[in-house]
Amino acid sequence: MTALAKDLAAMSAPDLATLAPAVLQHQVAQFLYMEARLADSHDYDGWEALWTDDAIYWVPANGADIDPETQMSVLYDNRSRIGVRIRQLKTGRRHTQTPRSALARVVSNIEVAEVRDNEVDVRANVLIYEDNLRGETLWAARNDYRLRMIDDAFRLVRKKITLVNNHKPIFTLSFLV
Amino acid sequence: MPQAAVSETAASPDYRALIEPARVNSRLYYDPEIFQEELEKIWYRTWVYVGHTSEIPKKNDYVTKSIGPTPVLMVRDKDGEVRLLLNKCPHRGNQLCAYQKGNRTSFTCPYHSWTFSTTGDLMGYALPEGYEGQSKAGLNLGKVPRIAIYRGFVFGSMAAEGPSLEEHLGGAKAALDQLLDNSPTGELDLSAGFLQHRTKANWKFMLENETDGYHPGFVHGSVFQVTSSGIGSLYGADSTALTRDYGNGHTEFDLRPEWRRHDKPLQWFGTTAERLPDYVSAMNAAYGEERARQIMIDGSPHIMIFPNLFIAEIQIFVLQPVAVDETIQHVTAVQFKDAPDINRRLRQQTMGSVGPAGLLLADDTEMYERNHRGAKIRDPEWLVLSRGLHRERVDENGFLVAHSTDETPQRGIWRHYLNLMTEAR
Repeated sequence: MTALAKDLAAMSAPDLATLAPAVLQHQVAQFLYMEARLADSHDYDGWEALWTDDAIYWVPANGADIDPETQMSVLYDNRSRIGVRIRQLKTGRRHTQTPRSALARVVSNIEVAEVRDNEVDVRANVLIYEDNLRGETLWAARNDYRLRMIDDAFRLVRKKITLVNNHKPIFTLSFLV
Repeated sequence: MPQAAVSETAASPDYRALIEPARVNSRLYYDPEIFQEELEKIWYRTWVYVGHTSEIPKKNDYVTKSIGPTPVLMVRDKDGEVRLLLNKCPHRGNQLCAYQKGNRTSFTCPYHSWTFSTTGDLMGYALPEGYEGQSKAGLNLGKVPRIAIYRGFVFGSMAAEGPSLEEHLGGAKAALDQLLDNSPTGELDLSAGFLQHRTKANWKFMLENETDGYHPGFVHGSVFQVTSSGIGSLYGADSTALTRDYGNGHTEFDLRPEWRRHDKPLQWFGTTAERLPDYVSAMNAAYGEERARQIMIDGSPHIMIFPNLFIAEIQIFVLQPVAVDETIQHVTAVQFKDAPDINRRLRQQTMGSVGPAGLLLADDTEMYERNHRGAKIRDPEWLVLSRGLHRERVDENGFLVAHSTDETPQRGIWRHYLNLMTEAR
């Protein structure tokens, strides 16, 4: 998004700080639950449409506070690479998702961390149950989200998934986390 | 083949009855007794890659590495010498160091406070009056008996005697030189950290697949379909790329014939000289324009150094077997010392393609796990490695080569494996 487009979006969007905390909390939670449902149900197009053009989708490795510009991450996608990832899943030949993982995740401990104009930073804990050909896997993560209100709806700007065991060997992580 | 060869009651199998020149028995992948014997005859005997000196640049730096399932502390001691110590307090066997990496002048066991220097020597213990009149001799940390370093690549051998590292590497040493030629400083800086990909499969499925040129068109067809990657054509029927068996279990894809045919610097890396101007000028300054151009056309090697170091052009993989049915794939991006523009691209491509979420390696790993489950099905018990038998030939250096999709590397791996498993000690 260009600087001008960002300004225009901010002008047309509400200042989230003017919302009552309970209303903001509710809207944020509803968005996170929807995002979780789209990922669990492999609704690839619906999930991809949530992202803004300046998206960062990030699963760090070896700690929570690494610098993704110098250190290896499990996943560090910009909007273009999110698109490649989704298109690969949609070929039907992404073997690790053929058949697809059976998924159910719980999103909890949702905290609004910071509000800036039409953006809100959110923290949440997530537990994901995965079943696939290999067996059952339980994933636990502390997530950081940045959401932006555009045209009366939240969009996903940034999602950082810090697996609590990301300093250890982990199984293939090929579903939308 | 007689059924006796796969009898579950045979304690030490007859490996000659399980390995033929162009087919191998499934039991080699799933039998826990064979795995135990591999630890003794391969992992705790031959040269195994441990780590790179750039991971411990300063005195008293350490990093936790491994030789097979055994954790190893790779330490740069107070005098700057690289040492491989075993992470076990000689008092009561406690795990000494619980951290992945750091910098410290000594290691203190949390159990009874025995303290060791970075050279592994016992410096002292708590309440020493209880050991009055006793010597500290023989109470140092265990060490990997042999250590050898080739251009920063640190190898260890648990056997006190055996072939030298140079003898072990043989012709494969040239591939390490080829990799380092791609660095304008001639050095690597492997400081980006490793991804650790847990895999429920026997380690040999990975060892074999790293130079299997028959699979990419199918396992990675989804990537070739959705990106403009030119890699797919390397593994087609018309490819001039070669598979090579260097002996001693080392195998490679030699992609240079293809890159030389195209004659474009950095095509091997899917980019152009114009996009990496700082790198190209550093290469020209280091090697001269003519030599630099040839290096940047030939690119980085694709070589599997037996049993655990895989250089996949832009990644360094380290295979670590932890059980008969479990292997950890450690992987990091190749990073050249003092080459920030190419390093950034190397990291980005590595993060996209490999590791647990990689567009490529997640599918390879799916195949490994399916391989392992399939191996346990008893019929047919023999797995086939005959591809290209009729067209393999000896190259100008005396190594077997064949078409990029042929199974010459896999046959070479098993020939070496059979030697190791049947060699008298």
